[in-house]
Amino acid sequence: MHELALGQAILETAERRAGGRDVRVVAVRIGHLRQVVPDALQFAWELLTDGSPFEGCRLDIEHVPAVVECRECAQRSTLDLPVLVCAGCGSFDVELRSGEEFLIATLDVAPPARQQEEVG
Amino acid sequence: MGRFHRHGDGTEHDHEHGEHDHEHEHRDVGDHSGYLDTGTERVEVLEHILAENDRIADANRRDLAAAGVRSVNLMSAPGAGKTTLLRRTITTLGERVRVGVLEGDIATSIDADALSGLGAEVTLVNTSAGFGGECHLDATMVRAGLGRLGLDGLDLLIIENVGNLVCPAEFDVGQDARAMVYAVTEGEEKPLKYPVMFRTADVVVINKIDLLPHLDFDMDAFLANLRAVNPRAHVIHASARTGEGIDGWCSWLITTLEDDRHHDH
Repeated sequence: MHELALGQAILETAERRAGGRDVRVVAVRIGHLRQVVPDALQFAWELLTDGSPFEGCRLDIEHVPAVVECRECAQRSTLDLPVLVCAGCGSFDVELRSGEEFLIATLDVAPPARQQEEVG
Repeated sequence: MGRFHRHGDGTEHDHEHGEHDHEHEHRDVGDHSGYLDTGTERVEVLEHILAENDRIADANRRDLAAAGVRSVNLMSAPGAGKTTLLRRTITTLGERVRVGVLEGDIATSIDADALSGLGAEVTLVNTSAGFGGECHLDATMVRAGLGRLGLDGLDLLIIENVGNLVCPAEFDVGQDARAMVYAVTEGEEKPLKYPVMFRTADVVVINKIDLLPHLDFDMDAFLANLRAVNPRAHVIHASARTGEGIDGWCSWLITTLEDDRHHDH
């Protein structure tokens, strides 16, 4: 249950980078090899943003699959288990291409002077 | 890729940018967040979620290096035997190495009390200041603990993390090396279930081997699982209760004191 700490870290970065503007969506990118439970992170995000200036701000969690590339047969395989092995030839001599991401990717922010969309 | 969103009237759907010919009305400003053509701006951040933690961890690492102190982040599940191993470690290293312990615990001082009087300098970091008690030490908590230890009088700092196989693995606290205590009572499959911790460990102490005659534990299966997630970890078989393997563990600690190969970045 470190999702609360992660949510807090995401919120602090979003606050800093938003420069006082209204943030509507925070998009994060989390690799398969990270032990993050998306539902727990969403729940933590709601708890943390509730009653704050970020209330209603959506958290988009992009799951990035774990992909290895074999140094022997050059095949790329997507991992389910955290065992770094080539699905093609069974070699352990593989390079991790993705799956360890832990990024705050983008913020969708409102313009400085809040724009009103609806007119009648 | 279509973008899912929910409208004020309760409608939910996916659509591509530019497809704005819905039948329902668009009345709610917030509903089209993410649509750059409706006034929101997308700011690229691309920052590591734990960037702030990692900055503080680097500061801890610099302070420890400046004081000539090497550090080990000691992690395990609850009850694997970290504190018993530490008692043995402190008494075995004795006067050869000046040991400090930064003891992370959610609420009590039980573990810190168990380590007092052995000659090591011990400081306690209770993590309960977090919301409901944090399940791990982070770089900020360790920084607070460092301030209470006299670093100049130490050679080795052992950071005893909160007992937990998941969360501590994600947080760099500024250590030089990561050590993990694993008890044979935990089951052979644990490296596959908790890969982040097993994958990042420089050394795995397999503890409670005095219990092996009473268990159905399959050591070969465990080692195969460990190697599958972490082929390079150093492995030490030990019993903190009987003292078996403690010399090997202490030698490993002394090696990390002298050796830069283990340096975490």
